[in-house]
Amino acid sequence: MSELLHRKLERTAVGFMLAIVAAASVGGIVEIAPLFTIPETVEDAPDMRLYTPLEVAGRNIYVREGCYACHSQMIRTLRDEVERYGPYSLAVESKYDHPMLWGSKRTGPDLARIGGKYSDLWHVAHLMNPRDVVPESNMPSYRWLATNELDRSSLSQHLSALRAVGVPYTDDMIANAAADAYGQAMPDSTQSSGVTERYGDETQVSAFDGVKTGVTEMDALVAYLQIVGRLTKAAHDHTNAPQQVSNPEN
Amino acid sequence: MGQLTSGERQLGVVVLVVLAIIGIAMAAGGRFDPIGIHGVLVLVYSLALLYVLFSQAFGPEPDASRFASYYDDPIKVGIGLTLVWAVFGMFIGVWAAAQLAWPSLNFDMAWSSFGRIRPAHTTGVIFGFGGNALIATSFHVVQRTSRARLADQFSPWFVIFGYNLFCLIAVSGYFMGVTQSKEYAEAEWYADLLLVVVWVTYFFLYVRTLARRKEPHIYVANWYFMAFIIVVAILHIINNLAVPISLTHAKSYTIWAGVQDAMVQWWYGHNAVAFFLTAGFLGMLYYYLPIRAQRPIFSYRLSILSFWGITFFYMWAGSHHLHYTAMPLWVQNLGMTFSVMLLVPSWASAGNALLTLNGAWHRVRDDATLRFIMMAAFFYGLSTFEGSFLAIRPVNSLSHYTDWTVGHVHAGALGWVAMITFGAMYTLVPSLWKRQRMYSSALVEVHFWLALIGTLIYVFAMWNSGIIQGLMWRTYSPDDTLVYSFVDTLLAMYPYYMARAFGGLLFLIGAIVAAYNVWMTVRFVPGVVDATADKPLAADAHDDATPAPAE
Repeated sequence: MSELLHRKLERTAVGFMLAIVAAASVGGIVEIAPLFTIPETVEDAPDMRLYTPLEVAGRNIYVREGCYACHSQMIRTLRDEVERYGPYSLAVESKYDHPMLWGSKRTGPDLARIGGKYSDLWHVAHLMNPRDVVPESNMPSYRWLATNELDRSSLSQHLSALRAVGVPYTDDMIANAAADAYGQAMPDSTQSSGVTERYGDETQVSAFDGVKTGVTEMDALVAYLQIVGRLTKAAHDHTNAPQQVSNPEN
Repeated sequence: MGQLTSGERQLGVVVLVVLAIIGIAMAAGGRFDPIGIHGVLVLVYSLALLYVLFSQAFGPEPDASRFASYYDDPIKVGIGLTLVWAVFGMFIGVWAAAQLAWPSLNFDMAWSSFGRIRPAHTTGVIFGFGGNALIATSFHVVQRTSRARLADQFSPWFVIFGYNLFCLIAVSGYFMGVTQSKEYAEAEWYADLLLVVVWVTYFFLYVRTLARRKEPHIYVANWYFMAFIIVVAILHIINNLAVPISLTHAKSYTIWAGVQDAMVQWWYGHNAVAFFLTAGFLGMLYYYLPIRAQRPIFSYRLSILSFWGITFFYMWAGSHHLHYTAMPLWVQNLGMTFSVMLLVPSWASAGNALLTLNGAWHRVRDDATLRFIMMAAFFYGLSTFEGSFLAIRPVNSLSHYTDWTVGHVHAGALGWVAMITFGAMYTLVPSLWKRQRMYSSALVEVHFWLALIGTLIYVFAMWNSGIIQGLMWRTYSPDDTLVYSFVDTLLAMYPYYMARAFGGLLFLIGAIVAAYNVWMTVRFVPGVVDATADKPLAADAHDDATPAPAE
């Protein structure tokens, strides 16, 4: 009987296609739509701050260089991962991440708690040539980041686009994006106070690449790496995991 | 293109001029951004095609005799492009694999670093090699199984050249660092828009050709090609919804964030596997297997079961990429459950294919082409079993983030997708160019063994490295501390990374052998005298008033 039905269906191209659309739609609708409506999906984190323009630029460099192809930013709820990397990742930690960078492969270690784990200097040395710091590493060198001047001119447009997709940047933040990027990497400049005003006192203002003559892509990437996992303390509060101790051996 | 009518030539000129203008606008507006370089690429591409169109197409109107044959010219171009992308994509793959073993092989340049060439590899093989193979074979299969000529002569060219422009923009973009970072959907917004236009054209061409069919029933292979076309469109559009920072910048931000983005991405990612790398290639299998084996498909009922099972179940399975993450547990469990259930339709397909060979096993022994198809069905069964297994949460806790996943993907990509494609190519090429046979059956045999041995070395290396690393990450000492630092586990990987690069190299050499063999077949093998059987039905009634097929 059902075979007869099918023999009818396969005589009409349009009917067959509608059947395909119907069959293929169910799974996606059931699994995706509730993620927007069930409040428990994303935890509350009142202390969550936004990425600064310099960190946005650094995140874009992380994306551009394909870092996500070898590094996850998602600590799973497994004992060995929590002990190796730190408290497991919460959904709220990536709520402003367009796109998310959870990753799918760990050729290198997870980076979800990399922020604050090493010094700026370590990151710069490591990015210049990973084998200077970790002799066994198979990570590429990223020397060109230290010489590439960061393009700050379009940062306001970046923040506007992010606001358009739901990140609550204010007009003030968008207008001052280029200046804030400069100020965050130039601790002695007049622009640096604006960054902490707009993004919070805990925002790290530093000459990330150790050079104060200009803002490079290295500044941006290191600024981003230092904030990964530190936009909110929710993961430390919500989970029972012990506070992470810095251990350069890992 | 010699068969284009004057109307179709004019349409082609208009489209290419519009494309050239878009290229100029992109180049001018985006001159300080990578999108400007893509503007130049678009301009050069459209001018080159205009040149081809003008130099070839000032001949007289084609006569009506063309309606007495299938329209195969675009398919020939598609096959050529398939082989070019195969060699390119696999070369980049071998290079990327070698960089993991010998990191200095990127020669310290930005464009050649692992993170940039990895998407060039995946896009080159999935979309360049796989996509062109699917488009070319779908044009071949839909005409033969419908006994009807393609609905028009402009659309197939638009689909093929538009699609390859998408691939070119995507891959060249990755070398420049233009990427959305969404795996298997890295191309930026303007390339994505182009693909939507191409895909809609593809869809309508397919439906219109089916509507002209002289067979009352739509053959199974076309079910799969239809599912491939429709569902890939849905996935592509939803996953790539993004806001560009301006029309003169390549960079955009996806509208999805965090946990929802992860779900949309892996709903897309897993179903790109399902509807691009599975459904489309099953369409290929369902046509070229019975042709080559000279046996009908074993079971019609199994075909129905597996088709609807795959179409329905796969869309639930994406969340198994997110076990133990911040994704809510209920979604993880749904993904796991449906992934396990997927084994039923998957093995129904694989079993249907292998049982079709009953009575033809002597041909499998003697004919390397049929052996490619048989081995593809075998690897399809193997990797779908592995996929269901890896989707089980506790198994996934070990395998995820390791090379086991990479090995699993390549068991499917090399063993299933590439082998079925090469099997189809070796069947299709002589018949399409009306040649008596392939140039060298010995080279087909060589290619088969290179491909099989290469795949086995690759997959065994990755099984070993993946399981070893997964176990090392979770090894505890008696006093309850982790035994291995991350670097310890990386060190253990090096021998396997070398083996994997070698296995991939064998597979690449096989693809080069195939390209050479196809080239020599087209150039030097004598033609067949009698090719009368391979033509549409009711060839004389060619106008659009042709009686509609029984709908």
